[in-house]
Amino acid sequence: MSEAAYNFAYLDEATKRMIRRALLKGLAIPGYQVPFASREMPMPYGWGTGGVQVTAACLTPEDCLKVIDQGADDTTNAVSIRKFFERTAGVATTEHTAEASVIQTRHRIPEQALTEGQILVYQVPIPEPLRFLEPRESETRRMHALEEYGLMHVKLYEDIARHGAIATSYAYPVKVEGRYVMDPSPIPKFDNPKLGGNAAIQLFGAGREQRIYALPPYTQVVSLDFEDHPFEPSKADHDCDLCGAAQSYLDEVITDDRGGRMFICSDTDFCASRRADGLRGRLSPEEAA
Amino acid sequence: MMGSHMTFPAETPPLATPETPLLRVEGLGKFYGARIGCADVCFDLFPGEVLGIVGESGSGKSTLLSCLAGFLEADAGRVLYRGRDIRAMAEPERRMLSRTEWAFVHQNPRDGLRMGVSAGGNVGERLMAVGARNYGSIRDTATDWLGRVEIAPERIDDRPRQFSGGMQQRLQIARNLVTGPRLVFMDEPTGGLDVSVQARLLDLLRGLVRDMGLSVIIVTHDLAVARLLADRLMVMKDGHVIEQGLTDQVLDDPQAAYTQLLVSSVLQV
Amino acid sequence: MIDIENLSKSFTLHNQGGAVIPVMAGAQMHVARGECVALTGASGAGKSTLMRMIYGNYLAASGVIRVGGLDVVRAAPREIIALRRETLGYVSQFLRVVPRVPTRTVVAEPLLALGRPQAEAFARAEDLLRRLNIPERLWSLSPTTFSGGEQQRVNIARGFAHDYPALLLDEPTASLDAANRAVVLDLIADAKARGAAIVGIFHDEAARALVCDREIDVTGFTPARVA
Repeated sequence: MSEAAYNFAYLDEATKRMIRRALLKGLAIPGYQVPFASREMPMPYGWGTGGVQVTAACLTPEDCLKVIDQGADDTTNAVSIRKFFERTAGVATTEHTAEASVIQTRHRIPEQALTEGQILVYQVPIPEPLRFLEPRESETRRMHALEEYGLMHVKLYEDIARHGAIATSYAYPVKVEGRYVMDPSPIPKFDNPKLGGNAAIQLFGAGREQRIYALPPYTQVVSLDFEDHPFEPSKADHDCDLCGAAQSYLDEVITDDRGGRMFICSDTDFCASRRADGLRGRLSPEEAA
Repeated sequence: MMGSHMTFPAETPPLATPETPLLRVEGLGKFYGARIGCADVCFDLFPGEVLGIVGESGSGKSTLLSCLAGFLEADAGRVLYRGRDIRAMAEPERRMLSRTEWAFVHQNPRDGLRMGVSAGGNVGERLMAVGARNYGSIRDTATDWLGRVEIAPERIDDRPRQFSGGMQQRLQIARNLVTGPRLVFMDEPTGGLDVSVQARLLDLLRGLVRDMGLSVIIVTHDLAVARLLADRLMVMKDGHVIEQGLTDQVLDDPQAAYTQLLVSSVLQV
Repeated sequence: MIDIENLSKSFTLHNQGGAVIPVMAGAQMHVARGECVALTGASGAGKSTLMRMIYGNYLAASGVIRVGGLDVVRAAPREIIALRRETLGYVSQFLRVVPRVPTRTVVAEPLLALGRPQAEAFARAEDLLRRLNIPERLWSLSPTTFSGGEQQRVNIARGFAHDYPALLLDEPTASLDAANRAVVLDLIADAKARGAAIVGIFHDEAARALVCDREIDVTGFTPARVA
């Protein structure tokens, strides 16, 4: 079958409308998990079916799409999804954060501050932050409804009791506008501060679990903590070995069998832009050469 | 900062005094189709009183307890807690009550504990649920409570799974009493325990009841437990209360035929 | 302090063909403050039954039992509990306690129930235990393992821990040696001196003669047997 045989952005219009309704509801009630009728997508669960459906419902022919996986534009997952929309929607794509109108992401928020008019779509594996301690969906829904969030702190308490500090380093729970406790998807807690007060629209899609939730621009988002163990965004204590950035989230890369390793920005676009501007890190190939 | 609505209500309704009941139950009934769970149950519970509910399996005592604690929706009657009908109360308020002023001790500690959470986390949960946000003070309170239920403080980070049955039950009690409730429901709290462990738990419960001025409703089929813990006794059969009165009076001078049978059926040791 | 009018009692044995056994009728009795009255009568005449009715342990069929102004026959359970806590003490023949509780606490319990500070309650308990010759090394042990005589003395100590305005004594000197018997008689005399109204059953006639002001033969309250 040719690409032309698909509806724009793969999903049929009725499905997209259903998803948009869920998105609008989610935006109206920030942090609240809206059930939606997730469709089978031509990719396995866990590959971003929720995010893909949300992106499909948001795309217009004029949009410019960027897809990242762990911050990188060039990983399998990101490449596949980008190609998917190039073929089914024919939209322009980019690797530059600033150029994109829609960004689908797995596990990261871009380093470069987003702006008004941009949409950030998260792929979410487990939307329910309370599941760790309360497996009954009927009960967790009631807990959200009645704002019974003591359990969330029990999880953090257990962390401190066992590790001396809150060891949760990704999917770190947040409270939205003082009301709903939300799972920010498995982004590193380093990214948590970017969730709140963000100029972009942030949409979260969980395909297998059939849930959508959202943060409208400039929403208050607070990471849960204790008075005597305050939330601390953390990253590897290094600068990027390629671009020298001190304030970006880093991936650790093993370079040989003798314990050699390097730290590089997980956000490939951010790193490349800095290098294009002439910034250099400890192991920049240009310098080694 | 916004959030943290989960604090104790600022204005507290007037305390029940020894002259006004903490809990008043009027014509309470629960029906499973044509079958009666419990019917026409009426009683007052005053501050500091321990009411025992005895009867054989299927007599309706557990159904009654579940209706009182809000686990089951009653079909008839009223349950007035400090003058307010809990059946007419909104769910958030009722659940708030059950986390603060009420407590429920299950027969099986596994039903009342989070088995995957440390002892300290179990005890701290109710504190965190009402807004405690200081790790150090939560842990101090948990340590104190473990001591009060005779669990060594160094076990604070162990999971309940690593505890004996008696310890689990004591942990469940600590977890329930940490917020200083006024009304405690207990369903066969010594049920699954060895007699020696039972005695220790009974002693502990008596001390806590006295020191904290707790009102308790305890369901048990063990008349010896009822005698040692309860001030008053209610005897149930086929969903109805057939006799109630002072515990030792009901046990030593039972009036109803069934109570006489029940009392005379106990093996003497 | 203790006033009984026209009291009657019967037992209905539902599980033995519903037999109704009247055991008391027209009982009448008045005990003033500072007075000790002995109940007498043959075994089975109803001494213990009367005592148990005064304590609220047995339910009366009709009549009035007034203890310190409260009619025990009609009182709500919690009123009787308050009465027992504050006004009416009872030394039974048998010790009934939670196993494992140390003797010191068992004796101090009536005071703790009244909200007295633990130190004060324990001091009083230890004083009584000492007077009743319970060796100090036993104080931290549960009395459930003690001999009959020791248990009886623990029971007495517990009964006298609080200065009840009214006291019921069921064979307080039974199974005691001479020295301890003398201590108990002292305790009773002290209680009388501070104004307690006391009703007792004493098979020990010498003891009865020493502490009791009057005797009431409960045989007079026995209903005419249905032939």
